[in-house]
Amino acid sequence: MLLRYLTGEAANPNEYILHHLTFLTNGKPQGILDFAVVNLDSVFFSVLLAVVFGGTFYAAARHAGTGNPSKFRNFVEFVVENVDDQVQSIFHGKSKLIAPLALTIFCWVFLFNAFDVLPLDLLPDAAGAAGVAHLRIVPSTDLNVVFGLSLTVFLLIVFYSIKMKGVIGFLAEFALNPLRVSNPIGQAAVAPFNIVVEFASFLARPVSLALRLYGNMFAGEMVFILIALLTLTKGFAGLATVGGWLGTVGSLLLGVVWSGFDLFIGFLQAFIFAILTVVYLAQASETHQ
Amino acid sequence: MDNIGHIEAMTVLAVGIIFGMGAFGTAIGFGLLGGRFLEGMARQPELAPALLGRAFIFVALLDAVTFIGIGFALFFTFANPFVSAYQAVAH
Repeated sequence: MLLRYLTGEAANPNEYILHHLTFLTNGKPQGILDFAVVNLDSVFFSVLLAVVFGGTFYAAARHAGTGNPSKFRNFVEFVVENVDDQVQSIFHGKSKLIAPLALTIFCWVFLFNAFDVLPLDLLPDAAGAAGVAHLRIVPSTDLNVVFGLSLTVFLLIVFYSIKMKGVIGFLAEFALNPLRVSNPIGQAAVAPFNIVVEFASFLARPVSLALRLYGNMFAGEMVFILIALLTLTKGFAGLATVGGWLGTVGSLLLGVVWSGFDLFIGFLQAFIFAILTVVYLAQASETHQ
Repeated sequence: MDNIGHIEAMTVLAVGIIFGMGAFGTAIGFGLLGGRFLEGMARQPELAPALLGRAFIFVALLDAVTFIGIGFALFFTFANPFVSAYQAVAH
């Protein structure tokens, strides 16, 4: 890509877009669901970012003490305290799992989303020089990663519901909400309607949790690709004409502006994922007295 | 290949409608949300930071279906599944 910029070699926009939308897999998937095929780049970057996050916060926690905190430990404490405040304002019970879970989800998803700000061709071209055909560096633009996160949260919701209310209580909630009637005959009458409505909203939670994050990040990445297309076919040679000059400078400015906006959106979506996880777990843990 | 042209033209219209209706819905939603937030802030200025935090939560919730729609619309634009389905049947 750098070579293309310098020589202005004509490149096919569609091929460029498809190159940036293809994952590094270990084979072609047969059909929609093929468990033998793994998106190696998503796995690599998600594990790398998990190690970075875990290692950083662990290193800060190990030196915890009563002395004056360094700037780094200050920052980690700031993040942890804020997440704890948010969790306490939503979840009123006691749990050893929920606040660390919220912290992990927030920091990990934010690190995923922050990679979207890196220049579009930087890592894929470096990987291409090393012989790797495609590379997608933002794991939250991979449906597998986001659905992995949201299905894990979904399983936790079911687990917490069953633990707090028992299997019977959990299943009974489907028949008793949202229309609540006092006499048993009325309850039996509205049960089918309740079950349909409650089931739909119950299944909508993990799906919307996943697709919200995916849609925001994918749209952000797509806009970066389209901004890069403004200078694709001309390169630096485009600076000769006025139109080309506007295209090149415009794409640089647009890139900066969109980077800022996309970083903000990434932060917001990571925060929302964590907060909604806590809200759903709080709803699962509460029992209607 | 007249049929493929027809399918692609309809896909273009569909993508336009998805983008437009998404923008329309979120614009109205954000406008209402922003108005209520300003009212709340004017009544009790000391709650402004907390209200701002909650307002951002609702911003992200409002955005969700719009961006899901944008994701699908971009998918239709660059890897049109309707054309693939037609080609699978016609050959």
